[in-house]
Amino acid sequence: MNGVHDMGGMDGFGKVEAEPNEPMFHAAWEARVMAMVRAMGAAGAFNIDTSRFYREALPPHVYLGSSYYKKWLLGLQDLLVDKGYVAADEVKAGHALAPARPLKRGKFTTDDVERIMVRGKFGRPAPAPAKFKAGDRVRARNIHPPTHTRLPRYVRGHVGVVERDHGCQVFPDSAAIEAGENPQWLYTVVFYAAELWGADADPTVKISIDAFEPYLEPV
Amino acid sequence: MAHDHDHDDHDHDHEHGSELSEMQIRVRALESILTEKGYVEPAALDAIIEAYETKIGPHNGARVVAKAWTDPEFKQALLKDATAAVSTLGHVSRVGDHLVAVENTPERHNMVVCTLCSCYPWEMLGLPPVWYKAAPYRSRAVKDPRGVLADFGVTVPRETEIRVWDSTAETRFLVLPMRPKGTEGWSEEQLAELVTRDSMIGTGFPKTPGAPS
Repeated sequence: MNGVHDMGGMDGFGKVEAEPNEPMFHAAWEARVMAMVRAMGAAGAFNIDTSRFYREALPPHVYLGSSYYKKWLLGLQDLLVDKGYVAADEVKAGHALAPARPLKRGKFTTDDVERIMVRGKFGRPAPAPAKFKAGDRVRARNIHPPTHTRLPRYVRGHVGVVERDHGCQVFPDSAAIEAGENPQWLYTVVFYAAELWGADADPTVKISIDAFEPYLEPV
Repeated sequence: MAHDHDHDDHDHDHEHGSELSEMQIRVRALESILTEKGYVEPAALDAIIEAYETKIGPHNGARVVAKAWTDPEFKQALLKDATAAVSTLGHVSRVGDHLVAVENTPERHNMVVCTLCSCYPWEMLGLPPVWYKAAPYRSRAVKDPRGVLADFGVTVPRETEIRVWDSTAETRFLVLPMRPKGTEGWSEEQLAELVTRDSMIGTGFPKTPGAPS
């Protein structure tokens, strides 16, 4: 979706301000939100792509006006309500009012903590040979799916070069809408800054994205 | 940390007190619902937070970088397949698949961003700082990386190529910074002390020997 989350190349957000000795969390509730998202995902309520999609789908003014973990909370609530794990009136009441919807992997307990400290595996067997190889010139397709995608707007329509392939991996565009893993080849594709930002761009800068095969066409 | 979550909001941010207490109420409400419905054990949430607070952090990445600085074979393995190379180091936290290490050289400076959200090598660097997840960095890193570096007080020579890695898939990038001069003969442990988090994101350099920290 063409949302405000897709920020690459936007102007007007000001300087980067680093906070010296920044704490891991700025309030205790942030840690609880992080833990709830990790736990409910691990219990099978959603996959990582769906959770990203729900944060992106927050109204633009909410997305831009909310702190990071507030976005996580709002996205989590919307997701759990949409999928029927929590009811809207329960959120309002602050208590459970109806029976639970069973979770794919059951209740998240302390026994499950260790396994979530290692990232999931996203590599999958290849359903077809790779269409591209290192050194190939490719164009990022001019596509605008209204749902989740990992092809940022700033590269669409532009030509780059395949630098390496990462094998076949879960395709976020499908997984986010629960349409299956639909594995696709994944490549690092490199663009000159001038290709993306025009002739005045810094000639010493190159930018790469990791692009799934359906995002690319041969040049 | 695990059990004091009802108390410490007040200490943090007086100006936003009303928003914080509202957030506290909302988060507590959701946690009550998830607990009452039998989806999560509160103790499991405590354990997740504790694990993030103690097990992951830039000390893991720093050990990997220091090892690469002292062991050419390890460095080669790291650049070829970072997941496999890191998994040979028993004292570093386990990493998932898809970790890629990219090497800074006099010819090339690497910098990592996630323009779409906040993808970051958690196991190597811990949870990302606020600036990494915020609009100024995400918007400008791909368009004006030298300007962003200037915000950090970092200057990369004009003739050095800048390569920005936008983390748009599940690949996670770790920058291998250049080893500081004047560290000949240093041990891995001494070198690890010089490796900063930002130097592994590409928005900073390692500390210089003898400089005030």
